[in-house]
Amino acid sequence: MIGILDVDLGNLRSVANAIEHAGHDAVLVHAGDPLDDLTHLILPGVGNFRAAMTRLEDRRLVQPLRDFAASGRPFLGICLGMQLLATSGDEGGSGPGLGLIPGHVRRFDEALVPTIPHVGWNGLTVLRKHPLLTKVKNGADVYFVHSYHLDPADPAEVIASCDAGQTFAAIVGRGNVVGCQFHPEKSMASGLRIIENFCEWDGTW
Amino acid sequence: MLTKRVIVCLDVRAGQVTKGVKFQGNIDLGDPVDFAARYDAQGADELVFYDITASAEKRGLFVDVVRRVAERIFIPFAVGGGIRSVENMREVLLAGAEKVSLNSPAVRDPALISAGARAFGSQCVVLGIDARRVDPTATIPSGYEVVIDGGRTPTGMDVVAWARQAEALGAGEICLNAIDTDGVRQGYELNITCRVAEAVRIPVIASGGGGRPEHLIDAVTKGKAEAALVASMVHYGDYTVADIKTAMAQSGVPIRH
Repeated sequence: MIGILDVDLGNLRSVANAIEHAGHDAVLVHAGDPLDDLTHLILPGVGNFRAAMTRLEDRRLVQPLRDFAASGRPFLGICLGMQLLATSGDEGGSGPGLGLIPGHVRRFDEALVPTIPHVGWNGLTVLRKHPLLTKVKNGADVYFVHSYHLDPADPAEVIASCDAGQTFAAIVGRGNVVGCQFHPEKSMASGLRIIENFCEWDGTW
Repeated sequence: MLTKRVIVCLDVRAGQVTKGVKFQGNIDLGDPVDFAARYDAQGADELVFYDITASAEKRGLFVDVVRRVAERIFIPFAVGGGIRSVENMREVLLAGAEKVSLNSPAVRDPALISAGARAFGSQCVVLGIDARRVDPTATIPSGYEVVIDGGRTPTGMDVVAWARQAEALGAGEICLNAIDTDGVRQGYELNITCRVAEAVRIPVIASGGGGRPEHLIDAVTKGKAEAALVASMVHYGDYTVADIKTAMAQSGVPIRH
């Protein structure tokens, strides 16, 4: 069973619809629910980094999420959900993230990115082979909407990048933990393929 | 490279896609989910549904449309019309919409923009501005006045100043609809589109006046818009979204394939 963490951080319905479209079952997971029965977990999210971390802390979800990641089961962060995987972030005041992917979340450089937020369809540059990208073409356009990006400490953990005037990490991965800065659930065929690949992944890379 | 977007706009009344016809009220064109699927297949980058249902009790029908579209269509879509509160926003976002479009209620209560941005993030909040050309004055130096209630009520506000204020309040995009060119299909109002695009850092969507593919090319080049909205030029079969995007690509505009 694929779990989607529901902490009022955005459009869960679309993520669930995409999982169901891929032929898998999705369940919404709330604070306090046991995570033992889940095979996979998705942390979606839109909004503000600091506000979201505060919400995870208030609902005592930080340790359960770290434990899930440590269990080796596949864990996907989408958009803000990917940024929350980082060690730290600047949005809403600098502070810690979940610390699952060493790196820092910073705002786009206004001198390089003409329009912020970076909204719309942009191409993926695939840098590394990863189970998440099986049958996804290099250059595939996917849908982004964000003003901040995750800057991983280890460049080897960037699986695909994207160019918004400034090159940034579009997909990151560290073992069983992966993150997509774009919205696969709103990215048509390529996005649905990524969701399906995630649902069928065993977490090894 | 970020591609320029073609956004298809659909008016929905009592659960049906509808189109206003002069002196004859509205005619129903069909099921919104079928329309959405057709435009998705043609390569539309985004959709926007406007609820033009007059009565409050039919509101549930619209939320049901949003839910049904989200089950079938895996591209982003926005929802506008009748959104007056954070609770209204939550309702359509939870049903599967990606963004909400605010217009007249945001003019009456600008705090609605910041409340929406705080609750759901700026990327969820599109500010719709209806702009009408007027003689420039001290309070309206751009020569474009914000009008509300479908163009019936002038506000005395300058379009460029309102766009800047909305950006500061947390709007994530601006959909600039030129009342003078709307429905005329003679091209977007490039002058004000470009001025707003230069005044803010957030993306500007050109709206009102699209009739031929060249108009969209102009909007994203001379008008400096990130996206352009189309309605009647695709609803009546004059062009498909694919026709428009092919023409854009041929003229060197980056588009999603």
